[in-house]
Amino acid sequence: MSKRAAAALVAGAMVAVLTACGSGGGGGSADKGAGHKLVVGFSQVGAESGWRTANTKSIQESAKKAGIELKFSDAQQKQENQIKAIRSFIQQKVDVIAFSPVVESGWDTVLKEAKDAHIPVILTDRAVDSKDESLYVSFLGSDFVEEGKKAGDWLVKEYASAGGDVNIVQLEGTTGSAPANDRKSGFADAIKGEPKFKVVASQTGDFTRAKGKEVMQAFLKSQPKIDVLYAHNDDMALGAIQAIEEAGKKPGTDIKIVSVDGVKDALSAMSQGKINYDVECNPLLGDQLMDLVKKVKAGESVPRRIKTEEGTFTPEQATAALPNRQY
Amino acid sequence: MSTAAAATSPVKAVTRSRLFWPAVVLAVLLVANLAFTPDFFAVRLQGGHLYGSLIDILHFGAPLILVSLGMTLVIATGGIDLSVGSTVAISGALACLHISESSDPGSLGTVLTALGIALGTAVLLGTVNGLLVAKAGVQPIIATLILMVAGRGVAQLITDGQIITVTSDPYKMIGGGYWLTMPFAILLSALVVLATVLLTRSTALGLLLESVGGNPVASRLVGIRAMRLVALVYVFSALCAALAGLMVSSNVSAADGNNAGLWIELDAILAVVLGGTSLNGGRFSIGGTVLGALIIQTLSTTVYTIGIPPETTLVFKAFVVIVVCLIQSPAFRAKLAARGARTRRTTRSHAAAPTNREVGA
Repeated sequence: MSKRAAAALVAGAMVAVLTACGSGGGGGSADKGAGHKLVVGFSQVGAESGWRTANTKSIQESAKKAGIELKFSDAQQKQENQIKAIRSFIQQKVDVIAFSPVVESGWDTVLKEAKDAHIPVILTDRAVDSKDESLYVSFLGSDFVEEGKKAGDWLVKEYASAGGDVNIVQLEGTTGSAPANDRKSGFADAIKGEPKFKVVASQTGDFTRAKGKEVMQAFLKSQPKIDVLYAHNDDMALGAIQAIEEAGKKPGTDIKIVSVDGVKDALSAMSQGKINYDVECNPLLGDQLMDLVKKVKAGESVPRRIKTEEGTFTPEQATAALPNRQY
Repeated sequence: MSTAAAATSPVKAVTRSRLFWPAVVLAVLLVANLAFTPDFFAVRLQGGHLYGSLIDILHFGAPLILVSLGMTLVIATGGIDLSVGSTVAISGALACLHISESSDPGSLGTVLTALGIALGTAVLLGTVNGLLVAKAGVQPIIATLILMVAGRGVAQLITDGQIITVTSDPYKMIGGGYWLTMPFAILLSALVVLATVLLTRSTALGLLLESVGGNPVASRLVGIRAMRLVALVYVFSALCAALAGLMVSSNVSAADGNNAGLWIELDAILAVVLGGTSLNGGRFSIGGTVLGALIIQTLSTTVYTIGIPPETTLVFKAFVVIVVCLIQSPAFRAKLAARGARTRRTTRSHAAAPTNREVGA
């Protein structure tokens, strides 16, 4: 442990020297002498899902790898905790503050404080809703609309030659959350060109397996014909698969399934042919974040919006990716 | 109304029953579904087991029935147990963790050990609640709030914030399996409900509970060991919650420490209240609680089948619950009847004042 810490320290010192050259003393708190290691304060939403845990691990490991000292704070899904954490980061004079906002609004005051202290702020995974764009330098995260669109595009291609109506049921995420809203609208945009696609039922499954199963069971009874299931995340899709099987139908064959996330359990279901298409929502943005931190600290200009690198999975790709999946 | 002269008429006896209004509400909800889904009541055999919306309601309602059952007895003693949701999460997490880590997840022995661990922990958690309330004299709402908050964290600690997926046929049986064409979960909760009814109604236990809830001091003075009784009730509630937790996690073959049993304590309290048990303690009705739990589950199923948009679901549910509570309130019914009578016979405006208003125990 101490050896690793020492190694990290050395690496950190090297980075600090490099950044000191690059920044030219532009930052407010960069002049703490030689051997100063880049310090990042990161406030995480919480540990509400496997996805989030993978996100946290990625950030912690990437920071270690990049020789950056990470002050990590878990907000437990509460905005006031997050505001407190950011204030304490400002007091500790960290070099960069990064955070995943729990909610979209109410950040102006605390971000203004960070700006006055000349500490750049990077948003990860979720955006804030603020008129003053100078309050943060960049937003690194998934584009949920794009994810919904990818799911819809696949559907359009898959049913390009099919005549007749395609009845779709949708399992939405937690009502009002950004991923649920955006994945719904992106998907709707992608399929609206062709009237044969009909969303016959759409209900929230709260992003959980149990609810996904419960809602799908009700759909199977109330809808006479279901061709496609679109789930806003993999957990709901996995719950729905069980419901479909209990109804005596074959998931992936009788009812085609499109989902979002790309977690290990879903890829494993894909390799058994139970999910037809999965749009990746990548939590492993640690490396990209640390790169961004270094660039910001070096005074380089960075794009306002950086999308995480995300792909899509067909069953074949899922089978291939499965052995190395971390989450 | 006034023509129903004889007070002993069988119709009146039925409408007077505490189970009458919950049963009416449940029936109305079910029939309302028929308008949107013509084959709502259809039950058929599908792959060797019963398949239909009614079965679904019973199946998904089973964990809620269990949790509400424990809650009924707690509320009968004048207490409340907010920690049941966390207990649901902890028991599922412990069982799934044990099964996923064992070398032979499919063996009956592994599953029985897992059940033992989960139920044993529940006894421990219930004892802590019981001692806090009965021995230390902490207010029940505070005593169980501790475990409600901390317990969720414990469940997340056990699962490491991840969802633990298990593949074990014996474990799957509890919540997702079928026995004699019926979902096993339904049979299991029916068994627990039946056992509880027998235990409380054919022995003096139920009477003692109501006595403790109605007046703890007087109960103690006549020689009822109130303290032990109250503590035991919290253990029972935790056990019911743990069993429900096993069902929930077994149904999806996965333990979700973050979401399993989230807010189920509120649904359970609602079920108890809809079933006609007073939150002040005293008289309780297990049959009413079962009906209450089924009303809540039917409401959820209704939302899914008639396609109420998710944004308005909560408003819809709140509306139905308010109506149900109003219908169940004898004071409200009397007022409504009085107003109806007044408009019919405008000459005698004060004649129809409620005379036989039921007074809560």
